Amino acid sequence: METPNPNVKMWQGNVACAEAALAAGCRFFAGYPITPSTEIAEVLSRRLPMVGGNFIQMEDEIAAMGATIGASLGGAKAMTATSGPGFSLKQENIGFAVMAEVPCVIVNVQRGGPSTGLPTHAAQGEVMQSRWGTHGDHPIIVLSPCSVRETYDMTVRAFNLAEKYRTPVILLSDELVGHLTEKVEVPPIEQLGIVNRKKPLVSPDKYLPYELNESDIPAMANFGDGYRYHVTGLAHDETGFPTNNPEKIQVQLERLNRKIDRYRDDIVEIETHYTEDADILVISFGSTARSARRAVINAREKGIKAGLLRLKTIWPFPDREIEEISAPVRKIIVAEMNLGQIAHEVEWATRRSKPVVRVNKINGEPITPNEIFNAIIAQD
Amino acid sequence: MAFRYEVRLSGSGGQGLILVGKVLAEAAAIYDGLNATQSQSYGPEARGGASRSEVIISDGDIDYPKAENIDILLALTQEACDKYIVDLKEGGVLLIDSQMVTKIPEGNFQVVAIPIIQSAVERLGKFLVSNIIALGIITKLSGIVSEDSVKHAIRSRVPKGTEEINITAFYTGIELAQKWLDQNGPLNT
Repeated sequence: METPNPNVKMWQGNVACAEAALAAGCRFFAGYPITPSTEIAEVLSRRLPMVGGNFIQMEDEIAAMGATIGASLGGAKAMTATSGPGFSLKQENIGFAVMAEVPCVIVNVQRGGPSTGLPTHAAQGEVMQSRWGTHGDHPIIVLSPCSVRETYDMTVRAFNLAEKYRTPVILLSDELVGHLTEKVEVPPIEQLGIVNRKKPLVSPDKYLPYELNESDIPAMANFGDGYRYHVTGLAHDETGFPTNNPEKIQVQLERLNRKIDRYRDDIVEIETHYTEDADILVISFGSTARSARRAVINAREKGIKAGLLRLKTIWPFPDREIEEISAPVRKIIVAEMNLGQIAHEVEWATRRSKPVVRVNKINGEPITPNEIFNAIIAQD
Repeated sequence: MAFRYEVRLSGSGGQGLILVGKVLAEAAAIYDGLNATQSQSYGPEARGGASRSEVIISDGDIDYPKAENIDILLALTQEACDKYIVDLKEGGVLLIDSQMVTKIPEGNFQVVAIPIIQSAVERLGKFLVSNIIALGIITKLSGIVSEDSVKHAIRSRVPKGTEEINITAFYTGIELAQKWLDQNGPLNT
């Protein structure tokens, strides 16, 4: 027996998410329990009061999203967590957070759908909902972890990106990662590079909450700090008050979308294994990427030149990276626990220049390494 | 080449098999310096239904965290045994509760039948600790983790106030496994 290292924890993905939120400075959580995300709320209900934060169990997911937005406007780093049906309920208020530019983190631990579907089984069916679940043209950031350690790192990153770009960020986990227990070496807090929102430098009478400035990201004042301003889901001008002026609406909505587009290189992250000389490229994300990695290693052991491209950022979509890395390969395989939501984007990114083979499963069981391996060795 | 050892704990929802999986994984990963994952599969019901918890132990990276080629399968109910036997590897160990599982599936594996639940009731007065007795048996039969590591992991994971009865249950399991080995000879592992 070894003496245990106190920084090494045996954590479930959901526990790592909750602990990382605290490390990132989250001091407010509102939620409504739903499998398989409930452990996040459970841990934070106990831990938040210990650090001077607040936990509220709301009457439903809609209210939980609203409370999260309110807390963030008050200056707190705020989070909510849910799964499938609850994620659907949150969509309208997610749109409000996008429009009003309220930083917050929404965790969706994906389970089988549609509807109440498979509460205790993994799926990856909300790739498109996380992008377009709320109405209207809008930008969004979506990150997808494949391990418990990465759940920790990405939760911190989700808060950092939310604060940096004044936007909601979605952490798209799944039941397998959320309920998986594995070893995590918790990084020291000073290594996390915590980002906090930019505060106004002007006096309250000069403050414009939706100012058009060089960065495209307006400074954000906390409610209660003496900066009185208007927050609305209606189209608004620099002051935050609703407007029907088409020029002002156009310029604000263009800025809203541009503020994520222009920083996409800072936001998009991918990981590659054995892609340098690959002639078959496997693309995957989340828990399925674990099976994909094993399948690629097994293929390499048999002398097959397979490589893996793992999407860590789902939205903005890593289209340029996919186009570049897949350029020399003859076949692409996309493995995902849905019916081809990422595959479709991959076909778009590669302009259908080569075959995109789909490995899909939607019965609650994970895609196995062998199922991906069989697609690698299949004759074209 | 890294080794990969797969354990599947199966029974009925509410028997505490997810906890046992977490304890076993923690013993391997935190106290024995190995890598380990624990995952589970269960239905939407709070009690009942076939339930399984899986532990993968390795000295290398663990990509796929689900069991596919099981070294040791625990079955505490007939339903779980019938449903989950498929992934037991050739020559693997099927550990069953001898009173709950009466129809042993056919196949090329080694069977260890022990009255786990009855022992919990008769020796500790609580059927609830059957899961930890099973953990003791698995620890002894597999040799994959050290007894001391499991003991520490039990103390860190079981509810406060139940540590002593669970440690007693753990050693009861080790004793039952030793008795089985004395009577039947060593397993091929």
